[in-house]
Amino acid sequence: MLAFILKRLGEGIVLIFVVTAVTFFLTFGAGIPVALNILGPTASADQVASLNADLGLDRPIVEQYFSWLGGVMHGDLGHSYFTSEAITSSLVHRLPVTMSVVAVACVITVILSVVLGVASAARGGWLDKVLQGIATFSYVFPAIVLGVVLVYVFAVTLHLVPAIGYVPIGESFGGWFGSVILPAVVLSIGGIASLAAQIRGALIDELNKDYIRSLRSRGVSERSILLKHSLRNAASPALTTFSLMFIAMFGSSLFVEKIFALPGFGSYGYTSTIQGDLPAMLGVSLFSVGLVVVVNLIVDLANGWLNPKVRVS
Amino acid sequence: MTTNEPTVLLPGIDEAEAKKRAGAFARLLRMPLGLLSIIILVAFVILGLLEPVLSNHDPLFASLQHINAPAGTSGWLLGGDQYGRDIWARVLTSINVSLISALIGAGVGLVFGSIFGLIAGYAGGRADAVLSWIFNLLMTFPSLILVMVLAPVIGTTYQGMMAIFGLFLAPGIFRLVRNLVQGVRNELYVDAARVAGLSTWRILSRHVLYVVRGPVVISTVFLASSAIGVQAGLAFLGFGSTQTPSFGSMTGDAFANIYTEPMQFVWPSLFLALLNIGLIFFGNAYRDALAGPQAVVAKKRRRHETSQETVTRYEPDGSVGGGLLKLRNLRVSYPQPDGSEKNVVEGLSLDIHPGEIVGLVGESGSGKTQTAFSILGLLPKEARVGADEMRLAGDSLIGVSQTQMRKLRGGVISYIPQEPMSNLDPSFTVGSQLMEGLTKGMSKAEAKRTILELLERVGIPDPARTFDSYPHQISGGMAQRVLIAGAVASRPKLLIADEPTTALDVTVQAEILDLLRELQGELGMGVLLVTHNFGVVADLCDRVVVMRNGHLVEEGGVREIFHHPSQEYTQELINSILDEETVRMDPPVVVGSQAGGAL
Repeated sequence: MLAFILKRLGEGIVLIFVVTAVTFFLTFGAGIPVALNILGPTASADQVASLNADLGLDRPIVEQYFSWLGGVMHGDLGHSYFTSEAITSSLVHRLPVTMSVVAVACVITVILSVVLGVASAARGGWLDKVLQGIATFSYVFPAIVLGVVLVYVFAVTLHLVPAIGYVPIGESFGGWFGSVILPAVVLSIGGIASLAAQIRGALIDELNKDYIRSLRSRGVSERSILLKHSLRNAASPALTTFSLMFIAMFGSSLFVEKIFALPGFGSYGYTSTIQGDLPAMLGVSLFSVGLVVVVNLIVDLANGWLNPKVRVS
Repeated sequence: MTTNEPTVLLPGIDEAEAKKRAGAFARLLRMPLGLLSIIILVAFVILGLLEPVLSNHDPLFASLQHINAPAGTSGWLLGGDQYGRDIWARVLTSINVSLISALIGAGVGLVFGSIFGLIAGYAGGRADAVLSWIFNLLMTFPSLILVMVLAPVIGTTYQGMMAIFGLFLAPGIFRLVRNLVQGVRNELYVDAARVAGLSTWRILSRHVLYVVRGPVVISTVFLASSAIGVQAGLAFLGFGSTQTPSFGSMTGDAFANIYTEPMQFVWPSLFLALLNIGLIFFGNAYRDALAGPQAVVAKKRRRHETSQETVTRYEPDGSVGGGLLKLRNLRVSYPQPDGSEKNVVEGLSLDIHPGEIVGLVGESGSGKTQTAFSILGLLPKEARVGADEMRLAGDSLIGVSQTQMRKLRGGVISYIPQEPMSNLDPSFTVGSQLMEGLTKGMSKAEAKRTILELLERVGIPDPARTFDSYPHQISGGMAQRVLIAGAVASRPKLLIADEPTTALDVTVQAEILDLLRELQGELGMGVLLVTHNFGVVADLCDRVVVMRNGHLVEEGGVREIFHHPSQEYTQELINSILDEETVRMDPPVVVGSQAGGAL
């Protein structure tokens, strides 16, 4: 098991390494006029040259890369060109905001998907239509439209929740919940559609298997067959879908953080990219790929735990 | 091209498929949602193409007099935005931007996904492993964030961003094509085509692409919708040129203005939603249309028939008799997609007396397993079961509720399956699954003791260890013993064994049959032994019932049937014992004559 974890971690590190290297050479090599962006269009050539020297941008790109990589090894992602803040600490401060929204979205998604998926696998009929309706809805109203409509209805018109901003959970639980619930709803719509459909399909596959008939032949209740045996065996494919969904939600936080003015990871990435804040952009891609690696590792471990063949041996 | 056309290889499939495909589009037009979706999509394409004609103003032209002009202002169909730009003109441009985004994003995804999917599915082996690994990885990437970070590199055009995003859409198509191609490759007709000496490319284009086409069209439609959504999202955030109006930049501008002019948000959202509705409905309708004409008919029919009783409530004189199982005129049928009924059991009558072992014999498809499952109440939901009389130990099984039936199954009637491994839940230990049916009126400790005793009784060497084992840790023979233990745990009066030895090694088969005979003697159960093998019948049964094509062929004592079968079919089945256990000397008569069409 330990060997498996180490192998997966090793692959993950290689992946992070490759993606950030590609991002580094593409962004630093793109010839973005960083110094001019910082100083403004009126800056003289001398000022630009001296700032480039300060930022180390006058060095060969390979040298810049290794100096950046050296910093990363020590947990130092460099400093923002614009705010001079350490990027590592900026990201660490912003991650809780994004994670709050994504976590609430995940809770909503998992609960509703399991309920809808199980119910429509067991009953079918109109529940299947509800599932298809949610899926269509999520395509027809993308996050940007749904988010704005929710802000308009619940915050601007009904004043039920604040339209914008984030309240840390330590400050006030109610305030925190009010600030993350709408963005979380927006993120969860697409997730519910795909996860519930996945659970429904996996359950129907399981219910048609031989062992279900054998359990029935021994008088086991339908409830146990559905909720204990089928669901347990359907959990593994559902978990994989869930991990993909988690990452998709993390990406979509770009939109909702903009709409709800949340100071999270997505809005940091957005601001850095618009400004051309190269080290911050690299930090963002490193963190995102790192997150993917961690999530995939967790899913692998959970699948291993769910599957007795892996767990026992 | 003209030589060696393999048209004869697949006459039935090719023609039927071709008809189905050709009919799919026509059916699509006849479905309300299909027609609606096509009208919407065509309307959007026309609006986009006619943009120069339909709009009065340049989408970037700002008129101070028309800032926040209401819809319907002369020459300003949908009014002006907060900069005084013509919303209608901007909507028309946005339609083009969305359509082009969809083409680029879905196109790149489609091309990359299909090409590599074809390679991986067709080549298999190492190429497949490497490509699958890469595409799986690509699928897990946070594509939006990476596209955003690369936005300054790609430049300000949305086309470039969509091309990059298209790469992230490729894994869905890749998996689809790969799996379909793999399936087709393993099918007979591609092998046959290969034997016929066709080049790999010809095989791919003629057979594989043909099968893959439908599902790929459907998922490409959904990718197009994703691409439109992502383009809108990125433009909403402010990525891309400000010189290119799009639904995203329009909603973005309107969002800033939403407190004063909410209608300016409604227009772009409405058109964006309509475009997506067109795509999604098209995808769904095309899927239904491809499923064939039957699917539509079947759906309609079902609505009328759900009100009908699936089990005929018909109990005649009530004469019970001394039998354990009394079955009169059993009928099992399945509704077919084209609306007809397929009868799998037609008018079977059967008696089993307490302590008697009855063999139910017939080739596969004869209806013997369907008969067994209808007694157990374990037929699939779609099945229709009817009987004049079905009594177990005097009690009628007709019209019995599922709950009552479940009690019977955990008690007086039980079942041993054919394939032991697939009949154990892989996620739970052997002991815990066996105990589950047994805990009625029994404490956990008691149930466990009972199961352990039974495991020992059925010849498992280390019952405690097997009790705690998962199914994958025990052998097939052990698994069958476990299932037998589970079946006799409730001391049933009737045991139904469905080909209990077919899936086992020859050496184990004899042991299992011995075990069944012993248990039958100890518990005095009646046994219905479903089998295709007269050898097993000779070994174990008192009486035989022979079935074919859902009908009873003949019935009688084992000796009588063996020595004087009255039907030729029974003789063939008896002869086939030799076929199975010795080298086949003659052509497989039984299999050949099984084609019901000959009779």
